[in-house]
Amino acid sequence: MVSTGSTSNQGSTTHQKVTLAKGLNMGLRKAMEADDKVLLMGEDVGKLGGVFRITDGLQKDFGEDRVIDSPLAESGIVGTAVGMAMRGYRPVVEIQFDGFVYPAYDQIVCQVAKLHFRSQGRIKMPMVIRIPFGGGIGAVEHHSESPEAQFAHTPGLKVVACSNPADGYWMIQQAIAHDDPVIFLEPKRQYHADKAELDESAEPAPLFTSRVVRSGSDATLLAYGPTVKTAMKAAEAAAGEGTSLEVIDLRTLSPLDMGPVYDSVRRTGRAVVVHEAHVNLGMGAELAARITEECFYSLEAPVLRVGGFDTPYPASRLEEEWLPDLDRVLDAVDRSLEM
Amino acid sequence: MTHQDTGFGPDLVEVFGPKHEDGGPELIQLLTPEGERVHHPEFDIDFSAEELRGLYRDMVLVRRIDVEATALQRHGELGIWAQLLGQEAAQIGAGRALRKQDFVFPTYREHGVAWCQGLDPLKLLGLFRGVDHGDWDPADYNFNLYTIVIGAQTLHATGYAMGMQRDGVVGTGDPERDAAVLAHFGDGASSQGDVNESFIFAASYNAPVVFFCQNNQWAISEPIERQSRIPLYQRALGFGFPGVRVDGNDVLATYAVTKAALQRARDGQGPSLIEAFTYRMGAHTTTDDPTRYRLSDDVERWKLKDPIARLAVYLRRNALADEAFFADLEAEADTLGHTLREGCKSMPDPKPLDIFDRVYSEIPPELAAQRDGFADYLATFEGAH
Repeated sequence: MVSTGSTSNQGSTTHQKVTLAKGLNMGLRKAMEADDKVLLMGEDVGKLGGVFRITDGLQKDFGEDRVIDSPLAESGIVGTAVGMAMRGYRPVVEIQFDGFVYPAYDQIVCQVAKLHFRSQGRIKMPMVIRIPFGGGIGAVEHHSESPEAQFAHTPGLKVVACSNPADGYWMIQQAIAHDDPVIFLEPKRQYHADKAELDESAEPAPLFTSRVVRSGSDATLLAYGPTVKTAMKAAEAAAGEGTSLEVIDLRTLSPLDMGPVYDSVRRTGRAVVVHEAHVNLGMGAELAARITEECFYSLEAPVLRVGGFDTPYPASRLEEEWLPDLDRVLDAVDRSLEM
Repeated sequence: MTHQDTGFGPDLVEVFGPKHEDGGPELIQLLTPEGERVHHPEFDIDFSAEELRGLYRDMVLVRRIDVEATALQRHGELGIWAQLLGQEAAQIGAGRALRKQDFVFPTYREHGVAWCQGLDPLKLLGLFRGVDHGDWDPADYNFNLYTIVIGAQTLHATGYAMGMQRDGVVGTGDPERDAAVLAHFGDGASSQGDVNESFIFAASYNAPVVFFCQNNQWAISEPIERQSRIPLYQRALGFGFPGVRVDGNDVLATYAVTKAALQRARDGQGPSLIEAFTYRMGAHTTTDDPTRYRLSDDVERWKLKDPIARLAVYLRRNALADEAFFADLEAEADTLGHTLREGCKSMPDPKPLDIFDRVYSEIPPELAAQRDGFADYLATFEGAH
């Protein structure tokens, strides 16, 4: 039986507190149990269980044919996964760190994203490309990046970001079951940070939906992945000062699920987007444009963006200043409220 | 100073021998440019008269497809065409060596292999006319869509072969079941990272894939010397699998070598590399002008090695085909050319609203809204012309 520590598999419900890493690991296991066409491939995903241990124990239980340790070549990993998908498999590939995805960029953008379109829908590309993203772990260069806009800009790809253990568990299964290629972003800083309740018997929200995670009335914070936690902390702090902030976890970046965003901004009249990625041409730019198009007459202030500065990611001793934190989010909220 | 003094081993020329513009002593050949049947200790097979006529017919007809398509481009019916002129033997030899359960990953020039897989040549023109990106189902022909990005398909081929391994269709000993993948690329692509990574993956997993490199000596204007200091087939050994060089203008040798390599892969013995040594007699594509970068002397020299002419000589000299065969084939080629011309001109233009539905398995709401908005916009022009 599956070894999951405190998990109880008896009865119809299983409740336990898990980390994001564990939630993802359990979700991958579920997906592999549900469909024997699901394969995992990546660098060190087998015996080691991945550098973040997300695939821990899976090769032992599912074998080397289904959990494949690959040569150190990202284009090779994604390119061969294309061929496996064409043969009827559902490959889930792990890119070890965000900054290492670029050797595979050509395969992702020119092949993975376009084969369905090129073939007029005859070729399905049910592939998940898992990318640990974002900073805050004190790493060396190339290990802390946020490349989501580059993929969200590419038609043919879907891009999602999980922010908590339960979403990790459900969203990875949904992404694997989905017939289009999904760039699956995992906030690496959160992997082992917090535990949260996971109810395996719950009915998950559909994959490509955003979610209001905190209700409020004065302004709307839009976040995803690692910045959901930042936004929640900011909302908590603001509440102490009498400001009511609504927080939306976008969850899906392509397609965007704007319905809950528009509903919220029409009520609050103010929006602040928070992401770790560079602000210039980041997701915040698209969100601001769409909000302006749809909610123009409800807006009390321009949509503001808080993100990484338009510099390369700095050396790690500077990262906490570079990354948007609670204070920078509240500063933007103040500016919005003052307009 | 001799090599022993350097500590870095022997010179390249000591290992690989001098450069041979004719392919060198390693070139596997069963039919000389003069049309003489020669024998090879490992790769010799017997061909019946019917098989020989079949290979000849294939080459003549795909050359006609190429000639017609080139003419269609000159007449403005195709935006561009990638010519195969001179590479008929390499492609027909490789294509006819396939079994029905094998799968092919072409570049954008494998018109001859497409022919062998039963694809209507008219289907090849859509991409070059600009009406589609390839309008056939790869699963129906075991022939993937053309891939434009140089070398990208070699990784897809390797992954597909890894899928075959997982499907249990490699090395079972059942000739109807065991399968392999044929991965095409060219001398230029041999410099691409993807091709080198595909060699590494295929070797690492012992994948049933045959890497078939048509070395036509030119990557647009770049000669083979710009891609490799050593014979391309020799690279395979460094990756851990065998490589051979075959006379790519000899359809018999190409067929025999590819057949053996595919069987080896189906048997579970892993990947191999075939370098089909040939020459791009035409331009890279119809937009190219080879007179700017290569000597007509070279082209004239290769004309003497023409793949079709040498088999014609062999067939005639040995009375394996009569004049009626050649006349009938000429008529068949004329009919094919006519069909292509008419078919190409009558290809319907694509419809602008169709593109939206093909991006994803289901159209997301916002893309549907974009499509509907575009439809409304287009509707405002109705009746304007």
